[in-house]
Amino acid sequence: MLDLHGYGPRLLEGAGVTLQLAVLSLALAILLGLATASARMSRGWLLQRLATLYTTVIRGVPDLVLMMLLFFGGQMALNVITDALYDRFGVDWYVNLNAFAAGVITIGFIFGAYMGETFRGAFMAVDAGQIEAGKAYGMSPWLVFRRIRFPQMMRHALPGISNNWMVLLKTTALVSVIGLSDMVRVAAEASRATHEPFTFLLPVAAAYLLIASVSEWLFAWLQKRYNIGFGGH
Amino acid sequence: MAETPIPLEVRNIKKRFGDTEVLKGLSLSAHKGDVITLIGASGSGKSTFLRCMNLLEQPDEGDLIVHGEEVRFRQTRHGREPADWKQVVRMRAKLSMVFQGFNLWAHMTLLENIIEAPVHVLGKPKKEAIEQARALLERVGLTARADAYPAQMSGGQQQRGAIARALAMDPEVMLFDEPTSALDPELVGDVLKVMHELAEEGRTMIVVTHEMSFARDVSSQVIYLHQGLVEEAGAPDQVLGNPQSPRLKQFLAPKY
Repeated sequence: MLDLHGYGPRLLEGAGVTLQLAVLSLALAILLGLATASARMSRGWLLQRLATLYTTVIRGVPDLVLMMLLFFGGQMALNVITDALYDRFGVDWYVNLNAFAAGVITIGFIFGAYMGETFRGAFMAVDAGQIEAGKAYGMSPWLVFRRIRFPQMMRHALPGISNNWMVLLKTTALVSVIGLSDMVRVAAEASRATHEPFTFLLPVAAAYLLIASVSEWLFAWLQKRYNIGFGGH
Repeated sequence: MAETPIPLEVRNIKKRFGDTEVLKGLSLSAHKGDVITLIGASGSGKSTFLRCMNLLEQPDEGDLIVHGEEVRFRQTRHGREPADWKQVVRMRAKLSMVFQGFNLWAHMTLLENIIEAPVHVLGKPKKEAIEQARALLERVGLTARADAYPAQMSGGQQQRGAIARALAMDPEVMLFDEPTSALDPELVGDVLKVMHELAEEGRTMIVVTHEMSFARDVSSQVIYLHQGLVEEAGAPDQVLGNPQSPRLKQFLAPKY
């Protein structure tokens, strides 16, 4: 039987951290992605440029570097602000950037850029006549978005979202550099302490695989749902 | 008693795409029960004119008055735009459009298509909307297809479904943009029959069409457009039976 040398509970906790981090980052990435896609498709010159800058920078800089920049740089920026508040106004308020929140923000921020491109392509794939019919029947832009554009866009976006999610899931392993105990960090620690790397790394690999398989099944279900009415796969 | 306002009035509509002026000042009044058909060669501007009436295209100049309410415009960097989009939404809900390509929402069943705007735009209770939708489906002969998705229906069925969707809004005016042009010839008849019935019951309709027999039999007024201008307009037996302009004569002449 597998002997985890007492690391079992911590590994399980680490798996929880990984999963929470991944799901929350995905939610943030989807919101940022929708916002970025809308900005890039908008008529506003500034919005378009900002969105393009965001996607270019994020996609051109390694995730690890971004994570450290955001975590350490974010803390420094917060310190500058809180120090200034204390000096000027005597407000004694100090914020410690929580490693978990920093992880979610960084990963969400990175994948928001990729999602933005996924969503932009998907929105452009929706037949213009479908949107026109919505407008012609007195729907407000928000109603057209909610009832027509979003549901019809999703069938084009899902393969991309699913792909991004798989990469995002594995990117969460990077959070160990900012001190978060996800399952990879716990396993690495345990391996060093016990000199039995496979005992810990194989279960971790299996856990990733399990999450990936379950999500694949979920995405297949979603794809089926959003394909209703369009026939084919 | 106050006079009921005219359902739709457009005055001096002008529209350009880049350097080309496609509408050079077009006007039209649709009184209650009018069936106005717009005919003309492709490129004459008839579809663009129709699309200006519900602001799917923004006219560069001209007035638009829906049921007595004048649409307000303002100038922006992107050209002339409606000043109040809420007003546009309200006015569009009074004008239902039937498209050449049907444009039924692909992710909804036919029944869902029909109740969509009544429920979400007009705020009608869902139960009531469904009852009304079933009655409309019966009218257009599609009772059996209520739960079908558009992709599972023939073009003729889709277009009759789209007409039911338009009727569900209980519109002031129905706008038809070449409703039979995308249909196989054997399916055209069913759609025209439904439109014929609507005209007979006094619906106000503006129809862009190539179906001259429909224009002759049904319209109260025929407008022949040429290069963004009205070349000839009047009662059908006059315009179609005794055309004056050489261009209209040529347009109406048999092509074979």
